[in-house]
Amino acid sequence: MSHGAFKGSRRSPGRVFCLSLSTTTLLVALLVTTIPVLTRDIPLDKRKSSYEQMSADTRAMQDEDTANPGMLWVVDGQAAWRAKVGAAERSCADCHDAPNAMKGVAARYPAFDGQRGAPVDLETRINICRTEHQQAPPLAFESTELLALTAYIARQSRGMSVESADARLEPFIAVGRAIFERRQGQLNLACAHCHNDNWGQKLAGIPVPQGHPTGYPLYRLEWQTLGSLQRRLRNCLIGMRAEIYPYEAPEYVALETFLMWRARGMPMETPGVRP
Amino acid sequence: MASALINVPPKAKRGEIIAIKTLISHPMETGFRHSETGVPIPRDIVTRFVATYNGEEIFSAQLFPAIAANPFITFYTIATVSGTIEFKWIGDNGFAATEQANILVE
Repeated sequence: MSHGAFKGSRRSPGRVFCLSLSTTTLLVALLVTTIPVLTRDIPLDKRKSSYEQMSADTRAMQDEDTANPGMLWVVDGQAAWRAKVGAAERSCADCHDAPNAMKGVAARYPAFDGQRGAPVDLETRINICRTEHQQAPPLAFESTELLALTAYIARQSRGMSVESADARLEPFIAVGRAIFERRQGQLNLACAHCHNDNWGQKLAGIPVPQGHPTGYPLYRLEWQTLGSLQRRLRNCLIGMRAEIYPYEAPEYVALETFLMWRARGMPMETPGVRP
Repeated sequence: MASALINVPPKAKRGEIIAIKTLISHPMETGFRHSETGVPIPRDIVTRFVATYNGEEIFSAQLFPAIAANPFITFYTIATVSGTIEFKWIGDNGFAATEQANILVE
């Protein structure tokens, strides 16, 4: 660029003006695209679930268990919880036998795993249990059975407040925040641009939510199925025309950890229903 | 997955109008989509839903490809006598599911 401007300066004055104008435009463009994202966290009392932005019909679907399609997975998850699997011939219920043994668990996940030195999300925790205690092969991410088990477990935390108090999570929350606030993709957007700065506005006629992960796994009418938070994050990345990480990538877990910290104190809604 | 969720009030007064809600798990594959390799995905939908009250048909519906996955059907009826309300879904590829619920009419 500077080379072009130098060559231009030796030509006619008109060309110089022309070139310097385009140089200025380029400089401005460069500045705009490289300045850091200057967004602020949503004040704690201004936070709200995207449930409040939904139509009355969609809210009614989520509120009533026999109208909430996510409950189909919860019912399946309950059966899977009691099924004996793997070489150990053991079911989840054989170890966790209380009726609501998993109450409150989903509200504090992703949780720090000492052995791994990193947080793990609920899906990964289920697979760790399967491979280590049940000696069964891990379930594929986003498979019906893993979603069903996750929904069954997370449903037991419905109405409980999201917890994020473990100090060991702090460095991972920071990583998640960095991803959340970093411009990425061909549209050069950060998550924060929509979910911190422009929530409540509309994108393609649909209200932009604040992006709190309180209802996952949730039933999206657009998907016509239940999906995990990672699926939702991939959706956003595709929308930003950014490169998606493979399922179970540490970047997702860091984002999930950050998002749960960001939603601390908000009530769990699993299984949520969204348009 | 072939579970269904049924909501029938367990008790009702004679002559009362009651709401009945049913949700069946079904992919409702339209038959218009193609797989990632371009192969058409064959149609797989629920085609018919029938509800009977002590054996008498009280509600039925025909379903079509434009209906979303996991069809949620809700309707109203008058509680006449105590008994069983039975629900039946029939679909492509021999799909058949039956559920029932009891109602006490006082």
